[in-house]
Amino acid sequence: MSSDTTRIDGKPEVVKEPSMLKQKEMIARNYEALTSAPETGRKVVSTFVPGNLNELVMCFDMLNNLPEINAIQNGLRKKSGAMIMDAEKRGHSEDVCTYVKADIGMMGKGNIAPNGKPLPPPDLLLLSYTGCFTFMKWFELLRHEYKCPTVMLHIPYQGDGRITPEMVKYVVKQLREEVIPAMEKVSGVKFDIDRLREYLRESAKAEDNLVWVLESAKNRPSPIDAYFGGVYYIGPIFTAFRGTKDATEYYEMLRGEIEERLRKGQHPITPEGEMEEERYRLVVEGPPNWTNFREFWKIFYEEGAVVVASTYTKVGGVYDLGFRHDPDKPLESLAEYCLGCYTNRNLPQRVDMLVQYIEEYQADGLLINSIKSCNSFSAGQLMMMREVEKRTGKPAAFIETDLVDPRYFSYANVKNRLESYFQMIDQKRRAAGAAA
Amino acid sequence: MSSAEIIRRCEALYEDLDFTAAREWKAAEPGRKVIGFMPIYVPREIIHAAGMLPLGIFGGGDQLEVIHGDAYYQSYICRIPRSTIELAITKRLDFVDGMLFPSICDVIRNLSGIFKMMFPEMYVRYFDVPQNYRDEIGGAYYVEELHELKRGLEALGGREITDEALRRSIALYNENRRLVRELYDLRAAEPWRVPTYEAYLLLRAGMVLPVEEHSEMLRAYMAAVREEERPMRDNVRIVLNGSFCEQPPLGLIKSIEMAGCYVVDDDYILVTRWLREDVPVEGDPIENLARAFLHHSVDTAAKYTEREEDKGRYLLEQIRRRGAEGVIFAAPSFCDPALLERPMLADRLKEHGVPYISFKYAENSGQMQPIREQAGTFADSIKLWGDTGS
Ligand code: SF4
Ligand code: SF4
Repeated sequence: MSSDTTRIDGKPEVVKEPSMLKQKEMIARNYEALTSAPETGRKVVSTFVPGNLNELVMCFDMLNNLPEINAIQNGLRKKSGAMIMDAEKRGHSEDVCTYVKADIGMMGKGNIAPNGKPLPPPDLLLLSYTGCFTFMKWFELLRHEYKCPTVMLHIPYQGDGRITPEMVKYVVKQLREEVIPAMEKVSGVKFDIDRLREYLRESAKAEDNLVWVLESAKNRPSPIDAYFGGVYYIGPIFTAFRGTKDATEYYEMLRGEIEERLRKGQHPITPEGEMEEERYRLVVEGPPNWTNFREFWKIFYEEGAVVVASTYTKVGGVYDLGFRHDPDKPLESLAEYCLGCYTNRNLPQRVDMLVQYIEEYQADGLLINSIKSCNSFSAGQLMMMREVEKRTGKPAAFIETDLVDPRYFSYANVKNRLESYFQMIDQKRRAAGAAA
Repeated sequence: MSSAEIIRRCEALYEDLDFTAAREWKAAEPGRKVIGFMPIYVPREIIHAAGMLPLGIFGGGDQLEVIHGDAYYQSYICRIPRSTIELAITKRLDFVDGMLFPSICDVIRNLSGIFKMMFPEMYVRYFDVPQNYRDEIGGAYYVEELHELKRGLEALGGREITDEALRRSIALYNENRRLVRELYDLRAAEPWRVPTYEAYLLLRAGMVLPVEEHSEMLRAYMAAVREEERPMRDNVRIVLNGSFCEQPPLGLIKSIEMAGCYVVDDDYILVTRWLREDVPVEGDPIENLARAFLHHSVDTAAKYTEREEDKGRYLLEQIRRRGAEGVIFAAPSFCDPALLERPMLADRLKEHGVPYISFKYAENSGQMQPIREQAGTFADSIKLWGDTGS
């Protein structure tokens, strides 16, 4: 296996496998396409990760821009702190979702993409969102600034833990009568359902391989980290690439690499090379912290803790529970996709998923990373934790950080908490051993 | 009855976290059921037509010590979910047969799941509303939602909800809404006659009393205050915005007026004014309720505003119609909808030269002094600005 372990400023860089290089190239190409839209004349749609309609966007030759991903990029590059402060100076409350403020602050600083060029203003805000009310206000705020066309796709919440035929009908109707006409108008391209079918067929292929990759963590040792590594694996399929040949190739490549790792009995790759030992297998609930992502991850791999399953990697679609985009029922399938995203599931469903993960992936316990500014994920997590402990008998731990606000990441607190959690797992094991 | 007596009754109802009045209503006849609901909007007509009592649950206020609730919600989440859980755990809601959680925000949404897990025997329903306002799209979906609620209540009550019963309930709630509007009109016209904390307590009473009794109470109160002499003060007229869910403590509601601001419109207990026009009594009652929601409901942060030019229109209309001189944004800490909405509304006010101030509270905020000072300074500056005419 070829690898590229460049070191910048003496710091170790993530070991790059071919799939990583491919993903990097895809993302760079996408940013290039976005920032050169004013020259190429292509139209830009801003939309959200959970419930995004990438296949549909592509039917109109438009480009997909995702403000959450921009916020994550700025978080990883340690630029989000200043942007958030800027937004707060402009009257945004310190209490609200920091993705929104990072995005608004980014706008104030000229909307510079990671390639150093400005992102063009969106031609259309596609308010397709699932599981979070903040999204709705976020795009109202952007519309307030950009004064551009906005189309709303309201996705009902699975309050009773199921998708009803009425919900699907409602979403399909909105797609037909609101979303598609708006996209036709902005792009000047006529909708072609066969083109959509083609993209959906492609999506399903990539989805199969993604599921295979995520489920490889059922092995001991796990060849992947399904949280820290997982956020890279979901990148293409959750963003502007679902439905493209690029994504299909990426996931084939990734699967090949992991098959290889499995054959060799290898551990996950970390920013500092391969993990040496698998001491703890964890399930993680909640998004990661982005501003201190590396430090955060390091606490885990230094202790030999592997995340074998996570819910965050399901925000853009819960494929491992069986959903696939389906070319035979294109619009219904888009509707079901939106309705099924992780945070659109009710709390009992989320608890069921965690319990199932702990059992199927033979995890030692559950860790909740509770995000201070994200009510969608966080409100109710303490209850979820207790339920999961009760039902699995496995210990759970709770830490608090933020997504992209560096003020809310306390390295010492997180480390202490995790260390005592690992000790707790050890104790449980000893007790179980003694009992046996 | 004097207005003071009526308000004393309202105060007693407000302070009674055991909901004795609702318990008594339930006990008065066998088979009666009570359905709790959270702020902001649920169609109470359907609950009423089922022969049940809709009971508004507005958190625990500042008298409830939250002990258990803190184990359910982290410190960076608003307080209403934890005090609501506290009410439930301490058995204050043990007589409630069902709970409705209207789609207002992520916190309430997740709270519905917590109730499902904690009280598996209870009828718990997340009540979704459309964010698409076209009859054939959002309307069709909403009609189905309403039917599902209706079916759920029918199963719970073991009897059919007839169209006739629905029409009767719609008529009763139309009347109640007319009376609330009259109360608000009266307060805007003569704010010294209807202090806001009295108006507020009257609306809160409407959350625990049967609608028929509440309408009586509103009538009696208005008749009484029209007769009574009350001193006029040199207050400025403001609209209060952002308090549609977790309610401020009563002390805060009083403080604003004491600091020199007459509240001439607000978004407290919005369920009582959600539908701005009468719901037609003739025709299909469920369709009528759906249409009223789609086309005649108030604007609030929990709803999507379809067109950019309509953002803030409702607030500006409140200001104009009520002759207000400024706006006080008062939102619960950590309240995403209210706090995200605020910058957009504030921009609209700036465009129209309307002065405003903003602050946050919690239902158990104890410190009124800073808020009183801020509101006082605001009132003074409006008076000064008015004098200089600049
Ligand atoms: S509240 Fe949470 S889910 Fe919603 S936009 Fe913010 S981070 Fe995303
Ligand atoms: S106070 Fe605000 S954030 Fe809290 S439950 Fe109510 S609407 Fe939601």
